[in-house]
Amino acid sequence: MRADSILFPTEAGLYCPDGGFHIDPLKPVARALITHGHSDHARFGHGAVMATAETLEIMRLRMGEGFAGTTQVAAGNMRIGGVSVGFHPAGHVLGSSQISVEVGGCRIVVSGDYARQPNPTCAAFQPVPCDVFVTEATFGLPVFRFPDPAGQVQKLLASMAEFPDRPHLVGAYALGKAQHVIALLREAGYDAPIAVHGALKTLCEYYVSRGVNLGTLVPASVDEVAAQLVIAPPPAFASPWVQRFRDPVLAFASGWMAVRARARQRGVELPLIISDHVDWPALTATLTELAPGEVWVTHGTEDGVIRWCELQQIPARPLRLVGYEDEAE
Amino acid sequence: MKAFAALLERLAFTSARNAKLQILQHYLERTPDPDRGWALAALTGELELRRVTPSLLRTLAAERVDEQLLALSYDFVGDLAETIALIWPDGAEDDPSLSDAVTLLRETGKAALPGAIAAMLDRLVPSGRLAFLKLATGNLRIGVSARMARMALAAMGTPSVPEIEEIWHGLTPPYDALFHWLGGGARPERAALAPFRPVMLATPIDLEGLQGLDPTEFVAEWKWDGIRVQAVSEGGVRRLYSRSGEDISHAFPDVIAAMDFDGTVDGELIVRRGDEVAPFGELQRRLNRRTVSKALLASHPAGLRLYDLLLWQGCDLRTEPLTQRRAVLEAAQFGEGIDLSPLLDFAGWEGLAALRANPPVAVIEGVMIKRRDSAYVSGRPRGPWFKWKRDPMVVDAVLLYAQRGHGKRSGFYSDFTFGLWDGDDLVPVGKAYFGFTDAELRELDRFVRQNTVERYGPVRALAAKLVVEVAFEGLNRSTRHRSGVAMRFPRISRIRWDKPAAEADHLSALEAML
Repeated sequence: MRADSILFPTEAGLYCPDGGFHIDPLKPVARALITHGHSDHARFGHGAVMATAETLEIMRLRMGEGFAGTTQVAAGNMRIGGVSVGFHPAGHVLGSSQISVEVGGCRIVVSGDYARQPNPTCAAFQPVPCDVFVTEATFGLPVFRFPDPAGQVQKLLASMAEFPDRPHLVGAYALGKAQHVIALLREAGYDAPIAVHGALKTLCEYYVSRGVNLGTLVPASVDEVAAQLVIAPPPAFASPWVQRFRDPVLAFASGWMAVRARARQRGVELPLIISDHVDWPALTATLTELAPGEVWVTHGTEDGVIRWCELQQIPARPLRLVGYEDEAE
Repeated sequence: MKAFAALLERLAFTSARNAKLQILQHYLERTPDPDRGWALAALTGELELRRVTPSLLRTLAAERVDEQLLALSYDFVGDLAETIALIWPDGAEDDPSLSDAVTLLRETGKAALPGAIAAMLDRLVPSGRLAFLKLATGNLRIGVSARMARMALAAMGTPSVPEIEEIWHGLTPPYDALFHWLGGGARPERAALAPFRPVMLATPIDLEGLQGLDPTEFVAEWKWDGIRVQAVSEGGVRRLYSRSGEDISHAFPDVIAAMDFDGTVDGELIVRRGDEVAPFGELQRRLNRRTVSKALLASHPAGLRLYDLLLWQGCDLRTEPLTQRRAVLEAAQFGEGIDLSPLLDFAGWEGLAALRANPPVAVIEGVMIKRRDSAYVSGRPRGPWFKWKRDPMVVDAVLLYAQRGHGKRSGFYSDFTFGLWDGDDLVPVGKAYFGFTDAELRELDRFVRQNTVERYGPVRALAAKLVVEVAFEGLNRSTRHRSGVAMRFPRISRIRWDKPAAEADHLSALEAML
């Protein structure tokens, strides 16, 4: 069976007619398989949703009880219609999975968003042999080579030592990045209390309940914040909330910080290159390791990945799915 | 190279002056010689290196990376040096020193240069590659002035900024003797001929402040709207310095040629047409240039109007009273292009106020008041010298756009674009960042949040309803501004919550002030 009749892009997202389901659909559909809890992948209002237990819980925490008609926890190998379906860790955020779809001996793996660097807050990416690998390309250009995140944390700690009287505000997205940054700080031996913005509280508590060590967290949405280090979602920097801090150092944790112009646009004083996505070496190494017969590229800078595949003589094409953002990075 | 790269990155992303100073000071304290000296020279633009062209860098990169991927990447990053720094394949990193990089760029011949650059890039990590490429393309752009560098140096040891300025111009990179002195060693000999001497500055005053002073103890001069300079001619060496000690001789060969004397004099740099002093805008065309064309020399001839001297024919007169120094100045002969700023004949402070209110020419921006017995001391002592500037010009303008500030103003909308009426349209005429109190800043911030009509990235477009009184020191014609005029030193002097936007001033009111 041809791969592009097993799974193909539609207006609502990637669709598998044999199973009657969409993967990470962009609009409400009857049946959805969700790779992870970021809001551009996990939307409100599907009829039936299948995802990992963690992703389902994250969706419930973010969208409330009625986020879907019915839910089913993905476990082991499952059959939907004539399709064999599997969920495999993607190393992106807690609960994130690649989804494998197999019909008639042809296996397609949809990576969702994925990362290869060790991340103390979630299970590591698991390579799954496949005929077609559907990759993201958020950082699909050779300029993206992320440094060791431990060094970035050292940069933050050095600035806190250099400016001990200035609060350091780190912008990090509420799901995944915030907890990743906190966990990295704890790994680096930083054990002082860290203040977290109200928008992060619930998700941090959920991560802790799943056994992730985030140390002592204190609230940052009070008048007197009892920590030099504050983690907040980036939109908070543009809100009056930030006015309670005197002469703060603004940091931002994102793969985009690798490019200076991007960091400048955000008015960041301390760019921290910490990402939950594959960088160029990890992306190309993954393609080399999996050696799929074909590569499909979902979103990001597809042109770079397509060009690399062309140089390696791997058939590749862009899916041109519209609606996934790099917001959560 | 890692420490230097980290320094550049911190400076590039830090906008607050005090934070920059602290970062620089810490770097200079923690980095060994000669690296810190080379870094200092690179930051202050005193490092003469071989310039590497963008086309050479492109060629080198294309040998290592697929050209199409390079083009896609450059398109995304938008800066060639940064693209190459990020995309260059990692080699055997051994963190060569900044001195290694400087030596390479100073001493490598043209033929060997491409190979040497590639080999250096192979030894560096990405941040080091970027620092090296910025150095090689002469394009650091991190906003550190020589003045700021000297303040960081002064914070490292006992010598003060004026003491450092005294010897600065005799020093050459990597400044071993300077750092030895700062670390407690001997003061370096003043090596340069015609060095800069720290200048004496005046403090602002008004009529009320003058009432407690005896007018007979003071002399007064016009305050000319040029820039303050120090002209030094010693033993055949002539130099022109800005008041912060930057050597600007290269941009003013006409002034240098006219400096036919032996001494150090203090005065105003102006563009002059015969006896007339041209407006500041014309002088501006001569500033910040590496070289100056013959045409510009002819159309905008520069000269000096002197008011003091520090040294004269080998004698240091700085400890003599002002009247004594003035007598020496008046007895001296100067050639074409150099004359004296006349003393004003005034009777009492009210009389001086009348003169200030009606200056004979428009380029006068107030009066200077100096104690007759004042010695020439460096810095800004309070008491001997005062400046009484003319009242600023003001217009009532409408706030059009706002942007958030940095540092202490993080999160507050504090950077404003304002406009004036032109027919039924509001035309932007300038930007202002200060002039208001902290309490007013909070009110302005609230106004911005409640009256945003559109957003362009970080910029908010505002409903045209708040009028502010904008004060400024002068106006120039400008082809770069849509309004055709550019204000000098604009600030928000009052917030007119009471005034309807329709009653704000028209562009014609501004044009009438030109």
